[in-house]
Amino acid sequence: MSAPAPSMYSDAARRRAELLGLKLGRPNLEVFADTLLDLARADRQILVLTSDSRGSGKLVPFGQALPEQLIEVGIAEQNLVGIAAGLGAASKKVFAVSPACFLTARSLEQIKNDIAYSDHPVTLVGISAGVSYGALGSTHHSLHDLAALRAINNIEIVVPADNFETRAAVIAAVGCGNPVYLRFGKAPLYGLHAAETKYQPRRALTVREGRDIAFIATGETVIHALLAAAELEASAGLSCRVLSMPTVRPLDAEAVLLAAAECRAVVTVEEHLVHGGLGEACAGTLMQAGARARFKIVGLPDEYTVTGSQADIFRHYGISMEGLTQTARTLLARAEQ
Amino acid sequence: MAAQKIESRSVTELSLKSWQYRREMLRIIKQAGAGHTGGGLSCMDILNVLYNQVLNVSPATIADPRRDRYVQSKGHCVEALYVVLADRGFFPSTELDTLCQYQSHFVGHPTRKVPGIEQNTGALGHGLAVCVGLALASKQDRVGNHIFTLMGDGELAEGSVWEAAMGAAHYQLDNLTAIVDHNTLQITGRTRDVCSNEPIDQKFAAFGWHVQVVDGHDFAALTAALLAKPQPGMPTVVIANTIKGKGVSFMEDVVKWHHGVPNDAEYALALQEIDAAIALLGGSPS
Repeated sequence: MSAPAPSMYSDAARRRAELLGLKLGRPNLEVFADTLLDLARADRQILVLTSDSRGSGKLVPFGQALPEQLIEVGIAEQNLVGIAAGLGAASKKVFAVSPACFLTARSLEQIKNDIAYSDHPVTLVGISAGVSYGALGSTHHSLHDLAALRAINNIEIVVPADNFETRAAVIAAVGCGNPVYLRFGKAPLYGLHAAETKYQPRRALTVREGRDIAFIATGETVIHALLAAAELEASAGLSCRVLSMPTVRPLDAEAVLLAAAECRAVVTVEEHLVHGGLGEACAGTLMQAGARARFKIVGLPDEYTVTGSQADIFRHYGISMEGLTQTARTLLARAEQ
Repeated sequence: MAAQKIESRSVTELSLKSWQYRREMLRIIKQAGAGHTGGGLSCMDILNVLYNQVLNVSPATIADPRRDRYVQSKGHCVEALYVVLADRGFFPSTELDTLCQYQSHFVGHPTRKVPGIEQNTGALGHGLAVCVGLALASKQDRVGNHIFTLMGDGELAEGSVWEAAMGAAHYQLDNLTAIVDHNTLQITGRTRDVCSNEPIDQKFAAFGWHVQVVDGHDFAALTAALLAKPQPGMPTVVIANTIKGKGVSFMEDVVKWHHGVPNDAEYALALQEIDAAIALLGGSPS
C-alpha cells in the first residue's frame, strides 16, 4: 500500500529517546487488537464489526480465534455504524472498526443519530487515523474527526499515545456505558509511562514535569513533545512539562488550567487540522477561565496537505523534536518581550 | 412471536381503532400546528396492526429482552406512532397535548425519551441497518423475537437502505421484517417522478428478500403478512400499498398534505368524515 516509510525520528531524536531510556513498542493498533481478543475470550457479549478492515485493523487473529464474535459488514461504513447501534441496543458490547477517514465522515450521520443521540454504548474505533496512510493522500487522512465528533453531543473521544494508554483505554471503553470514539495510528510507538503509572479515564497523564513550557499533546504526537522537552532542557536549560491528553472530550480542564498557571507558555500538539481539535479545546478552556497564557496550536494547517509519508508530513509541519523545539523557543521569546 | 401473544382483534375492532387513531392524530397535529399528516394517515393501519395484532410489546414488556422490536425508520410520521403508543398505555394520552412544545419529549421525530420508542430516528435511511443489528443480536442470543421496521417509499432513495438490505440477506435474517409504506408520494411529488425506485418488489427480491405485497389498509391482509412464518434464511419485506392522507377525502393522494396542517374549516370537515365512519361502526370518537 504505502511506500516504505522513512523513519519518524531523526538520528538526534532517536539518540534523545535512548538517553531518556525509552523503548520502542508496537503499533497501538496491534495492542488494541490483542487487548480486545483477551477481553472477548472472557466475555461473549463483546463483538467486533469490520468493514472489510480486519486486516488493516489487525483483527485477523481475533476472527480466527472467535469467529462468532467478529461480524464482517463489507465496504459499507454507514451500515457498519447502524448495525453497531442495533447490536448495542440489544446489550452487546460493540467495537466497530474502520479507517478513521471513512468512519467519521461517511458515517457521521449514523454516529450522530444512531449512536450518540440514541445513546447506545458503542465503541467506534478509527484506525490508521490522522495521516497514518501518508502518501495515499487526503481521501485517506482524517484531520477532521476530532472536530466533527467534538461537535456532537454524547461521545467520548480518546486518542492513546502509546501501548499502555491503548490497553487502558480499550479496557475502560468496555462497559463504560456511553458512546466512545477510539483513534489509533499504525506506527510503532515508544512507551511513555513508568510501570507504576495509573490510567484514569478522562484525565491527563503527566509524562514529564516542568515550569517553562507546557506541551499538551495527544496520540502519536506526544512522543515528539517529550523529545522536544528533553532537548530543550539539555540544550537551553528549560524545564518543560509534557501532558498526554488521551481524552480529548471531555477535556481534563483542570490539568490544562494548571499547566497555563504554572508554566510560561503552552504548546498543544495534535495530528489533526489546527481547527476544532485538542488545541482549540484547550484555547476555549483557557479563554473562558480568563487565563492569559502564551499559546500555540501545532497541528496541520488549513491547506492542501503536503504529500508524503506520515513521517514526511509530521516533519513538514513541525510535529517533530526539532520542529517543536523551535516552536517552543519562538513562543518563549515572544513571551519575554 | 416470543413472550405472550396479544389477543387478536376482529377487523371491525381494528377498523374502529384506526378511525379513532386518525381522529386523535389530527387533533394533536392541529393543536401543535405541525405534523406529518399525510404519511401518518397512510401508515396508521400498519401501526394499528403492529401494536394490536403482532408485536409482543406492552408497557409491562418494554424492558424484556424477549420483546419484539419496532424501529420507525420513517420517523417523520411519529404523530401516528405517539397516538398508538398512548392507546397501548405507554404514557397517558394527555401527554400528547405537549406535542412540539417547549421541553416536551414529544418532538417531531421519535426519541427514546418517549416510553415505548426503541430508537431515535428522523434522518431517513437509518432504521433498517439498526434493525439488522438488532436481528443479528437476537440470532446470536437465540431470543426468538422478531424485528420490524417501517420505511417510506421515498426513503428508499437513501443508499444506506440498500447497504442494510444487502447485509440482512447476507446474514440470513429471517427474524427481520421491513415494511414499506408505499403511498407513492413524497414531499416534492410522485416518487416515480422525483427519482423512481420502482419496481420495489423486484429490487428487494434481487437483494435476496422474501417479498410480500399487500393492501396496506386491509387489516386481515396486513395481519396475515406480518404474522406469516418467514422463509427460512430470508428477511421479509412487506410492501404495503397505501394511500397518503387515507381516511380524509380531501387529503387522500394530495401531496400538499405531506406536512399540511388543516385550518379550522378543514379540521371540522375531517372530523365530520371520521366521526361518520366511527358512527357507522357503532363506536364513539375516542
